[in-house]
Amino acid sequence: MSRAEILGAIRRGLRRGELPADQTAMLAARTSMHRRHIIPARGKLDLAGRIDLFTHYAEREFATVARLQSYDEIPEAVATYLAGQNIPPAVVVAPHPALQNVPFDMKPMLDVRYGVSGPEDLVSVQVAFAGIAETGTLMLPSGPTRPVKNNLLPDTAIVVLPAEYIVGCYEEAFDTLREAGPMPRNVMLVTGPSRSADIEQTLELGAHGPRRLNILIVDG
Amino acid sequence: MLESSEAFVGQAAAGLADAGLQRALAKAKPQFVKKRGGAVERLPEFEALRDVAAGIKDHVIANLDYYLEVYAAAVERSGGVVHWCSTAEEARAAVLKICRDAGARTVTKGKSMVTEEIGLNDYLEANGIEPVETDLGEYILQLRKEPPSHIIGPAFHLERAEWEKSFREHHKDLAADRVFHERRDILTEARAKLRSRFLAADVGITGANFLIAETGSSVIVTNEGNGDLTQTLPRVHVVVTGIEKVVPTIEDTLALLRVLARSATGQDMSVYTTFSTGGRRVDDLDGPEEYHVVLLDNGRSGMVGTQFQEMLRCIRCAACMNHCPVYGAVGGHAYGSTYPGPMGSVLTPMLRGIEAAGHLPNASTFCGKCESVCPVKIPLPNLMRHWREREFERHLQPRAMRYGLAFWAWFAKRPGLYRLGTRVAAMGLGFLGRKRGYFDRLPFAAGWTEGRNFPAPEGDTFFAKYSAMQREK
Repeated sequence: MSRAEILGAIRRGLRRGELPADQTAMLAARTSMHRRHIIPARGKLDLAGRIDLFTHYAEREFATVARLQSYDEIPEAVATYLAGQNIPPAVVVAPHPALQNVPFDMKPMLDVRYGVSGPEDLVSVQVAFAGIAETGTLMLPSGPTRPVKNNLLPDTAIVVLPAEYIVGCYEEAFDTLREAGPMPRNVMLVTGPSRSADIEQTLELGAHGPRRLNILIVDG
Repeated sequence: MLESSEAFVGQAAAGLADAGLQRALAKAKPQFVKKRGGAVERLPEFEALRDVAAGIKDHVIANLDYYLEVYAAAVERSGGVVHWCSTAEEARAAVLKICRDAGARTVTKGKSMVTEEIGLNDYLEANGIEPVETDLGEYILQLRKEPPSHIIGPAFHLERAEWEKSFREHHKDLAADRVFHERRDILTEARAKLRSRFLAADVGITGANFLIAETGSSVIVTNEGNGDLTQTLPRVHVVVTGIEKVVPTIEDTLALLRVLARSATGQDMSVYTTFSTGGRRVDDLDGPEEYHVVLLDNGRSGMVGTQFQEMLRCIRCAACMNHCPVYGAVGGHAYGSTYPGPMGSVLTPMLRGIEAAGHLPNASTFCGKCESVCPVKIPLPNLMRHWREREFERHLQPRAMRYGLAFWAWFAKRPGLYRLGTRVAAMGLGFLGRKRGYFDRLPFAAGWTEGRNFPAPEGDTFFAKYSAMQREK
């Protein structure tokens, strides 16, 4: 059988048999320690610094970033953004508890549906699990409150990022994710809107994922 | 699947003579170098991270059997299935069986060099299943029935006019007189065309940049989002990848990710870096129900414990080819192999045999640039040199070359005679060429003088000048 064949060939190459128990115990310990390697110094900042750095790198990668005082400001921010981009005011909102009490009815012209994005939906609203200042990256793990399709199918993705969730490096975000439970089926790290440079090495935004990524950093 | 490395010499000449390819290379080369340089400059820890990255990969290779078993157990715990495959044939059959069991008619594909390596598309097609490439570059190559010329920019050799021409030829349902005002219009058309394919596919096939032993996750890195749509929308997700991709932990993966995008496209981070673990959970709102990993060996285990072991560190970033003067001159198709450039020149003889791929390790100036930019510090020139030695040992080179090398070696091992001989030759050539200062024809050197003049030596040899300098001191 191929499994035995492959493992056997590797062991022959390494000139040994199966690893003895004491060595596998050492390797298992290495794995469970989750030891970090070199962490870039640039993310090691206080919260205000992390928010600024996150914004800097997200914008560098062609995301747009707005800063809000509270969740109550989300409807206004969404409506203004869509009007500015000439996008019809209709959004599909992820069934996330943080978005349940957002007063979307303040904006009667804004058509709001809670649920999973379909092919016909042009705009989604999602809540990030974390923001990573190091590269302006959003962490979006799948689960009952965060459909993966909302990250991918719409032309425009709007992501709500609570300011306090902005960490310095990827490792911190994954530590928090580990504390929250077992590894979700899908964990996306998203840095800017979809793009391709396949045509003559020239960058164009809007390949298969969203053409626009609008991040709302919320303080409240 | 590209398998014509035997014909490298002719294919390289064709590449040099291809005006369109030369324009594309002239445009892309400085970009590759500049973008990586910028990303490295923005991260002072980059050089130290290269050592870390190489160390992680070495640690894995020294315990590859262990980490593969831990990884496979973790995949199974999360509800996935691992298919161990020794050969390309087994891997193709495993994918076909998964597709048949799923009743699949079409499969979407994210970008995967391993599926190129095993010739998966042709095989699926021959068995009545339609594969649809969804990476923009791979998509147009599939339309044009061309292999990729670069491992991360598969269609960079095509000019805009060729994109437009192929799209007009293949998208017959669209208005024939439509105008592509800018590159974006080409992209928009592909996006619209592929959207329906994404939604209709029964199976999605992706590669993997990393496999994480700790969690049983596969990681893909893309900019377009096509890989994510491929692994999210269909009912079945199949990962096809090589056994060397396994790493112990998320932390190890993150360290490697910090050097990957920077070395590849010069981005600090690719747009989408996605960790997939098993099939859909009970309370998930979407995602595939089945998750399979086809783990391919195809000669990789045979590299463990050999002079070529360091090649297993490769993370397929393409920095080596982006900085290679030979690749930059002849393009990717000349290599006649799935993997072109310096990394391909080491890997291809492993996959296809030195008999078929002997030209590739010789297609190097040994300038060392590839090694100096490799994020996992693979000593590529050294590994190519090992192949050259094997080729010589096995008498695979032309007789004239072998005799020439033997003749030179006989002299080189006798320094006194060597210096005398070169001195006489230099003085003789200097005397003969003293009028014009160059030769446009020389016996035994037609390969040189056909393309350029050979300068006539002036004065003495290096050794003679050096000893004169030493005496003066």
